[in-house]
Amino acid sequence: MDPMDAIKVTFFQECDEQLGELEAGLMALEEGTGDRETVNAVFRAVHSVKGGAGAFGFEDLVKFSHTFETVLDLMRSDKLAISADVVHVMLRASDVLADLVHAARDGGTVDQDRCNTLMEELEHLALGDNAPAVTAAPAATAPPASPDADPEPDEWGFVPLRVSVDDVPLLDTPTEAAGGEEIWKITFTPRPTLYAKGSDATILLRELALLGDCDVAVDDTLVPSLDAMDVNASYLSWTCFLNSDKDEAAIREIFDFVEGDCDLIVERVSAQAPAPIAAPMPVIEPVAPPPVVAAAPAPAPTPKPSAAPAPTPAAKAAPAAVAAADAESKGGAPAANATIRVDLERVDRLIDLVGELVINQAMLAQRVAETGVARSSNVAMGLDELEQLTRELQDSVMAIRAQPVKSVFQRMPRLVREIATATNKQVRLVMDGEGTEVDKTVIERLSDPITHMLRNAVDHGLETTQERIDAGKPAEGTIRLAALHRSGRIVIEVADDGRGINRERVKAKAIEKGLIPPDLNMTDEEIDNIIFLPGFSTASTISDISGRGVGMDVVKRSIQALGGRISITSNPGKGSTFTLSLPLTLAVLDGMVVSAAQQTLIAPLTTIIETLQPKPGEVRRLGPNRTVIAVRDAFVPLVDVGVALGFRKESAQPDSGVVLLVESEGGGRAALLVDDIQGQRQVVIKSLEANYQRVEGVAAATILGDGRVALILDVDGLIAQRVSETRNETQLAKAG
Amino acid sequence: MTNDDIEFAQNRLELISFRIGEQEYCVDIMAVREIRGWAAATPLPQSPPYVRGVINLRGAVLPIIDLANRLGFGVTEPNARHVIIVVRIGSRVVGLLVDAVSEILTTTADAIQPTPDVACDAVKRFVKGILAVEGRMISWIVLDQILPDQSLEEAA
Repeated sequence: MDPMDAIKVTFFQECDEQLGELEAGLMALEEGTGDRETVNAVFRAVHSVKGGAGAFGFEDLVKFSHTFETVLDLMRSDKLAISADVVHVMLRASDVLADLVHAARDGGTVDQDRCNTLMEELEHLALGDNAPAVTAAPAATAPPASPDADPEPDEWGFVPLRVSVDDVPLLDTPTEAAGGEEIWKITFTPRPTLYAKGSDATILLRELALLGDCDVAVDDTLVPSLDAMDVNASYLSWTCFLNSDKDEAAIREIFDFVEGDCDLIVERVSAQAPAPIAAPMPVIEPVAPPPVVAAAPAPAPTPKPSAAPAPTPAAKAAPAAVAAADAESKGGAPAANATIRVDLERVDRLIDLVGELVINQAMLAQRVAETGVARSSNVAMGLDELEQLTRELQDSVMAIRAQPVKSVFQRMPRLVREIATATNKQVRLVMDGEGTEVDKTVIERLSDPITHMLRNAVDHGLETTQERIDAGKPAEGTIRLAALHRSGRIVIEVADDGRGINRERVKAKAIEKGLIPPDLNMTDEEIDNIIFLPGFSTASTISDISGRGVGMDVVKRSIQALGGRISITSNPGKGSTFTLSLPLTLAVLDGMVVSAAQQTLIAPLTTIIETLQPKPGEVRRLGPNRTVIAVRDAFVPLVDVGVALGFRKESAQPDSGVVLLVESEGGGRAALLVDDIQGQRQVVIKSLEANYQRVEGVAAATILGDGRVALILDVDGLIAQRVSETRNETQLAKAG
Repeated sequence: MTNDDIEFAQNRLELISFRIGEQEYCVDIMAVREIRGWAAATPLPQSPPYVRGVINLRGAVLPIIDLANRLGFGVTEPNARHVIIVVRIGSRVVGLLVDAVSEILTTTADAIQPTPDVACDAVKRFVKGILAVEGRMISWIVLDQILPDQSLEEAA
C-alpha cells in the first residue's frame, strides 16, 4: 500500500473514533450529564477531524468542521450557553460531519442542501450568541482560549490592532543604551532527564538570581492530582524576569550543564516592562476596526509579557493549554486503557493457529490413548496439562476479538433521530450496557437486526404524539436499547413504552392472510410471536421506514442463522420488549457429535431441547411419506438427517436410532433422527463459504480430532425445507 | 540480458501438466499452491457429482473437484495413487482431483493455439487453448468456472 494511503486509512479509522466521541459527548450534553471536559472532548474530536482533513485536502470536510469548531469554541469559552436547541443543531451537524467523512473516504457525495442548511444554522449560532458575550468577556485578565477567538473591544473601548511581526526589530539589535540594564524573560522547563542526572533546578535558579534582580514564577498547571503523579516525571516550569546588565550568552551559560535536558527560552524584554503588565508595542500598524466582531486572526493587545516576540508566547500558550487539559482529563476521568491497533488479519491468523493447535492437541491425545498408556503415566498427565493450557490460550485469543457493543450502539441515536423526524414522533433513546463485550464476528452482524428492531419500535411500537397525550402518557416516547451478558450469551433488548401489540388485530390479520387456521386457540405469547411469521405486516400504511412485509421474519431468520433466538413480550398499552440472544462468539460452538449414514455430523447444542430413544409405536406415519413422533402428548415431525442431507435414500428404522428434539424456525419443534450420539464437544467453526459456497442444511464445517472434516448441521435450514409442508399437519395433530 | 531474453521473460508461461485418463491437461503454475496425495473427503449434501466433498488442509476446509467428472468424464473412483492439485481461484482455495501430475512446461503465450471448435460444452467452457509439445496435445484449463455457479445451478 502507498504510504500515503496507509496514513489515510489510519485517519479514517481515527475519524470514526472521533465521530463516536463527538456523538457520545453531545448526547451527554443533551442529557445534561456533560461537564466542561465533555465540551473539550467534543471540541477536540471536531478539531482532529478538521486537522486531518486539511492534511489530505478534503475541502468540504475542512470547511464544515471549521464552522462547527467555531461554534464549539464559543461554547468552550462560555460565550455560547449549552441549551437543548444548540445541542440539537450540533447533533445534526455531527450527522452531516459523519456523512462528509464517509463521502471523503468512499468517494460518494453528500446531501449538499442539508450540509448548507446546517452550515447556516451553525453560523447563526456563532453570530447570534456573540453580542451578549461582549459585556461578559473577561477583558484584560486572560488571553483568549484560542488564537481564533474573536477579539472583543475591551471595557476601555480599545479596538483590536494588527501587529506586524515582520517589522519587529531583530532581537540582537540593542534597543537600549549599551551597558544599561535590560529585562530578560527566561522560560525554563526541565525535562525528566534533568532530574535523573542529579541536577537541581533550585541551584540553577539561584545562580540566575546572582546575575541581577530576578523575579521567579513557577508554573504548576501541569501537576496532576496525587494519585496520577509519576514520581519520575517533570511537571514544573519556571518563568523568570531578570533585570540584568549581562548578555544572553551569560544567562545561557548557567544552563550549560543541563543543555538538552530542559527547554530554555531566553528572550529580551523591553526595559520599561519589569512585570507582565501591558507594554507599548514596538511597531504597531493600526488596522481598520472590523465592521462586525467577525473573526480576525489578530492577536489582541491583551497584556502579554512582551510584545516583541508576540507569536511566541501565544504559540507556547496553546500547547500548554492542551497539555493541561489532557492532564486534567487524565486525572479526573478514569484513564483510558492503553491499546494498540492490530491488523484484523493478524488476529484472525492467530485464532486460526490456535484452532489448529486445539485440533492437533486432540489428535495427539487420541493417539496416545490408542497406544494404551495408563492415565496416571507422565505422558498422559503432561497431555492433560497441555489440554488445559490450550484451552486457556484459546480463551485468551478469543478475548482479543471481543469488543464492546458500543461500536454498534453509537450508530443508533442518529438512526432513531432520523426515524423520529420522518414519522413526526418525539423519541428518546436510552442506551444501557454499551460496554458489554462480544466477539467481533457477532458485533458485525448485530447492526442489521438492531436497526430493524429500532425502526420497528419507533414506527410501529410508539404511538403518535397526539395518541400518547390522549392516553395520558408523556408526549416523548422512550426506547430502551440494552445489552447484557446472560448465561454465556449476549442479550440485546429493545423496549418501547408504546401501545404494545394489538393481539386482536394481529390475530385477525394472520387469519386473513391464511397464516393460521381461524379456529386455533392461541396463548397471548403465541399471538405476539405471530409477527415473526413470514409475510406478516400490520402497518395499515406502507411507510418508508418499515412495513414492506419483509419485517420481523427477516430479523428472526438472520438471528437464527447466527445461532440466536428472538422473542417478544408485550403489555397492551404499556409497550413491547424484543429480546434477542446470541452466542458470544461465532468462532467456536458447543456441539453434539452424532453420526448418520456413516457420516459424522455436529448438531449445535443450543438448538437441542432433549434427546430421546424412540420406542416402537411412538413413530407414526402421517400421509404417504411423512412421519411424526409422539413426544409425551405432542406429535412432532420426524426428519431423518441422513435422508434430508441426501446421504441415503431410505429412512433408517426409527427405533434403531436416536432422536434429537430441536426447536425449529416456525417456533414449533421437530425431531431429528440420527443413528448414534458420539458425545459432546466444543468445535472450531470453519466456514464452507470461504472456499466453496453455502450448502443447504449445513451451517459450517469443523475439523475433528482425527483431522477429518465434519459438517455442522443447520438445524433451522434442515427443518425449513419441510416445515412449510409439516406445519399444518402438526397443528392439526395438536388441535386434534 | 538481451532484448530477446526480456521479451521471452515477459511472454513466458509456466504450466503444470497432468493426466486425466488418456488425455493431458495443464494449468498455470502461478495458480498452484501445492500438490498432495488423495485423502478421503467428507461428502457435501446437495452438491453436484463432481464435488467430491471437503478435506482439511492445515485447518482450512477446501472443496475437492473431480476434474474428470467436471470435464464430462465419468465419476472418478479415487485411490491412493490419485493426486490433489491445490489451486487458488480468485480468493478461494480448491483441490482438483486428477489421475497423475506429469511435468512442468515452460512455454510462451504465442505457442498456445486456440481451442478447435468442437461441439462440446465442457471443452468450450474450460479449455482455454491447446499446446503441442513433442507430438503430444495438452489442453490448457481455465479455472475460473470450475466451481459450481450457485445462481446458475439454482436457476436450472
